[in-house]
Amino acid sequence: MGSFCYHTFPASSHLLVSDFAPGFKSPKLPYLSKQQERWFSRSQGASKIFAYYGLREPPYKLDALEPYMSRKTLEKHWGGHHRNYVEGLNKQLEKTEVLYGCTMDELVKVTYNNGNPLPEFNNAAQVWNHDFFWDSMQPGGGDMPKLGVLQQIEKDFGSFTNFREKFVEAALTLFGSGWVWLVLKREERRLAVIKTSNAVCPLVWDDIPIISLDMWEHAYYLDYKNDKGKYVNVFMDHLVSWNVATGRMARAEAFVNLGEPKIPIA
Amino acid sequence: MALRRVSKKSIELGLWHSHGLVREFSTFSLPNLPYDYWALEPVIMTEIMKLHHQQHHQSYVTNYNNALVRLEHALTMADSPTIVRLQSAIKFNGGGHINHSIFWKNLSPVKELGGEPPKPSLGSAIDRQYGSLDALIQKVNAEGAALQGSGWVVSFRNFFEQLSELHQILKWLALDKERKQLSVETTADQDPLVTEGSALVPLIGIDVWEHAYYLQYRDVKSNYLKNIWKVINWKYASEIYEKECP
Repeated sequence: MGSFCYHTFPASSHLLVSDFAPGFKSPKLPYLSKQQERWFSRSQGASKIFAYYGLREPPYKLDALEPYMSRKTLEKHWGGHHRNYVEGLNKQLEKTEVLYGCTMDELVKVTYNNGNPLPEFNNAAQVWNHDFFWDSMQPGGGDMPKLGVLQQIEKDFGSFTNFREKFVEAALTLFGSGWVWLVLKREERRLAVIKTSNAVCPLVWDDIPIISLDMWEHAYYLDYKNDKGKYVNVFMDHLVSWNVATGRMARAEAFVNLGEPKIPIA
Repeated sequence: MALRRVSKKSIELGLWHSHGLVREFSTFSLPNLPYDYWALEPVIMTEIMKLHHQQHHQSYVTNYNNALVRLEHALTMADSPTIVRLQSAIKFNGGGHINHSIFWKNLSPVKELGGEPPKPSLGSAIDRQYGSLDALIQKVNAEGAALQGSGWVVSFRNFFEQLSELHQILKWLALDKERKQLSVETTADQDPLVTEGSALVPLIGIDVWEHAYYLQYRDVKSNYLKNIWKVINWKYASEIYEKECP
């Protein structure tokens, strides 16, 4: 799986942690940050620690997904909605010290609070969800998965066609806003298609998401108006990135035992 | 019991019997708009009205009817799991139908006095409770005064922002007919107003789902909420208010 280099680590927002003596105004947040590491700086005598998350760019230009997802949509969806979630999250985090220093994954799980979500959950989860979503697509995507992912899909769904049907059906039967996911379930050790409402993501149940599709109206309304079916089919045919899915599966296999490895017989 | 209530409701909405069904079961149909699709320009563009009415509302009606047919079948077969499972489809689609039927009546073109402030009894009730019509509008739009420190304003705005970013929502000006008081309510998804309180009667409802404004206002929801008051049908709201609080 080493033929492409892709960070499968979904915690993609840049985390900055800085100290401020009381009375200092917090600096303006850099919106377009490409760094992936987080760094801490502590000094003696600092009295308050703030954490900020940055808005990460999608791994392609905003017009790279034309004509399937227009630049207009990406500008509004990423530049408007996603950015608002990040800013909203940062504003909320200003008020609390308890949640500092987490990666996005950790923050989502902690704020979900086992079903009793804290107010920060919704922003944190939506930031995570959107980062994951941009990564789940690529220009020239679609087609079929290869190798390990295809094998696992065929094992768990019977055939790729069957999986695709299930995915499309889940997307079309979602009430209100939400997301559709292909996840690897930890306990059951198999792939499944699930749909979640609003901001919920499978991280909170400790499952490992492989690809996702945003079914909030703002994701498709400008391009497809009410035609959800067309949007989902276009996503499956032209946008979904199976490369990324392969990378994610590879990483997931480190945590979930999917069966005996095939040992060649001499 | 559910069937009888359904039939009564369908008579109220004035409908047609669906072919093939022998029972006393009526299906629901899409109500006509009381104005043309272009009548609410420039506040709400024609394309949005057409899509909203012919696609979204129609699909709520269609799916509602389908769910009811399946419910009827499940009731005759005494199939409890199916009966219970259909509830969410009925709540969503039925709620969507109820709510949108109210919304169309809540709007009216400017030349038919859309946006005109409410007359006596509702108008004075609003002034009494909220200070002024503008104050009420601010509250519904959850903008509030720009006072930074005011805890109530800040927390209310955050709540609205969070709720509306978490769910698709509907905003209501409601009348609590038992306490004879007005209130501003928010419901999530397509939950009808009664889910917030059984004594609540909707006076004005605003659809803040993205499909209601996205084509025109994009992600700037606040512009949509500011402008929609120009076409709100206060006459209808006053009529309902006077009926409940004579």
